[in-house]
Amino acid sequence: MIQRIPALAVDVPAVRPSRSLWRDAWRRVIANRPAVVSLVLVLLLIATALLANFLAPYPFAQQDLDQTDLGPSAAHLLGTDQLGRDLLSRLLYGSRISLAVALVDVLIVVVIGLPLGLFAGFLGGRIDTIIMRTVDILLAFPNLLLIIVVITYLRAVLDLPQSGFMAVVGGLDNITGGLLGVFIALGLVSWLTVARLVRGQVLSLKEMQFVEAARMVGASSGRIMLRHLLPNTLAPVIVAATFGIPGAIATEAGLSFLGLGVRPPLPSWGILIAEGVRSMRAFPHELIVPASALAITLICFSFLGDGLRDALDPKLKVD
Amino acid sequence: MTTYILRRVLWMIPSLLIVFTITFLLVHATPGGPWDESEKPLPEAVKQNLNKQYHLDDPLWKQYTDYLVNALHGDFGPSYRFVERSVTDIVQQTLPVSAQLGALAILFAVIVGIPLGALAAVKRNTWIDFTASLITVAGIASPPFVRISLLIVVFSLALPWLPSGGWEGIWDTRVILPTVALGMGPAALLARYTRSSLLETFTNDYMRTAQAKGLSPRAVVMYHAMKNALIPVVTVAGVTLANVITGSFFIERIYGVPGIGRMFIDSVTGRDYPLLLGLVLLFALLISVVNLIVDLSYALIDPRIRYQ
Repeated sequence: MIQRIPALAVDVPAVRPSRSLWRDAWRRVIANRPAVVSLVLVLLLIATALLANFLAPYPFAQQDLDQTDLGPSAAHLLGTDQLGRDLLSRLLYGSRISLAVALVDVLIVVVIGLPLGLFAGFLGGRIDTIIMRTVDILLAFPNLLLIIVVITYLRAVLDLPQSGFMAVVGGLDNITGGLLGVFIALGLVSWLTVARLVRGQVLSLKEMQFVEAARMVGASSGRIMLRHLLPNTLAPVIVAATFGIPGAIATEAGLSFLGLGVRPPLPSWGILIAEGVRSMRAFPHELIVPASALAITLICFSFLGDGLRDALDPKLKVD
Repeated sequence: MTTYILRRVLWMIPSLLIVFTITFLLVHATPGGPWDESEKPLPEAVKQNLNKQYHLDDPLWKQYTDYLVNALHGDFGPSYRFVERSVTDIVQQTLPVSAQLGALAILFAVIVGIPLGALAAVKRNTWIDFTASLITVAGIASPPFVRISLLIVVFSLALPWLPSGGWEGIWDTRVILPTVALGMGPAALLARYTRSSLLETFTNDYMRTAQAKGLSPRAVVMYHAMKNALIPVVTVAGVTLANVITGSFFIERIYGVPGIGRMFIDSVTGRDYPLLLGLVLLFALLISVVNLIVDLSYALIDPRIRYQ
């Protein structure tokens, strides 16, 4: 029988409240000024993307051929493009595409990269060899090179009349204005680094005593992976996923810039920049506006990644 | 060491072969060619003749082995779009331009990136460090097509200092903007690595010894810290090359440089699949070789590293 010990009369000095890793990390992020500024800007970007249809003064594809290539004015805050479309509206709607890419990139990391790394590290053997050899080969060459080859193929195939499953894919690609093709090509490469990272983590974690202890009390492999290993790999995965976002956004913009990504008139920032380059000699604002928007977005996500890394993985921080 | 080199070289073969096979299959599964895009569709007989001329009516395995054998002899087949030229011709003409531009860009990256990183490390947590880190993040995060187009707007349109496009060899002012735009990414990467590597080196005991025996801070950093700090920086060489190659796709196109990067994009948009295949192989080979050299030089620079 356990008996409750009566409370001592002496005053116990106040114990420091226990802090979890996450609360600790949050404090460190808040203390990091560039990360906070970036976080605010990213949240702002998410808000404008969600509210684009309320904020945009014009539909993004509405042309007004009497009002082409205007500079900034009260009617068009950021001016108009060569077809008289309102640049601000196009920029706002374009942020939706960039953020969709960011979201899908993170999803791919979580749905493909994380489990594959977990399996490779925990199960080992042939599964490990197959997964990691694939990762090695795909990582040996520049992402963009592979993506361009794959999307060239996808574009040519999806544009043809198809049947069965490919017809569904082609139809979806059509409805999304070519975004699905970009997602597929991104999906091929964006899970690689995270899979490798998680595998490395799991390899060292699975030798630790808490895993042994879990096994001892009869936990199944699935349970060990899900309840014991997964939570411990989460911090580096969050950091890696955040670092992957600017790359994914830049890749989509680059593909659209080359005419391999989203189809006009969808206002991907890459398309806006391509159109801006065409008219930069006479109307440089048409280039400066989308190019700065893209650059600022990418820099914000990078600073946010830096801040999260310093906060979640203090060992990695040098100073 | 010799066995290590041999093993690495031998490993390159299957990995290149896999890249080649995947690209070959993708390219051959990609429907059509430049003659499918013309406004007036070609008669069926002409298409058949074209297929015959390019051996596209052979079975796939024969095309595969033929291509492989020819490629080993330096013949990468004809280009679809430039009817009179072979892929090898095009590479011979455009590669030197890109190699010159790329070499200049890497030089720029080394000259700017390493001192910038060193400065940031020495002046850690001052405004110099913060400015340097803003520059590096901007350099790493901004894609090449944003960099080159903003550079053109600022330095040849707003301020009429430099030409806004073209290529006249490396002794012409036209080389400056594409070099800077191409080198900025790698420079930022080098700066970041140099900074963190130097900061780590500073914690070593021999640094305290150097300071204790009265060396000037300059000498401590230059002669004692830098040497060791630069070892890990060498590893980014492969990434740098990959950066320069993919950056050239955009920069050569926007600035009108007749190099291999622009050719690559033209081959993609113009459905010139043999050219695309040849160039992918070339890039893959280049990167594999550089990665190998990096790993080998690592052992030369740092005697503590031994390969078995």
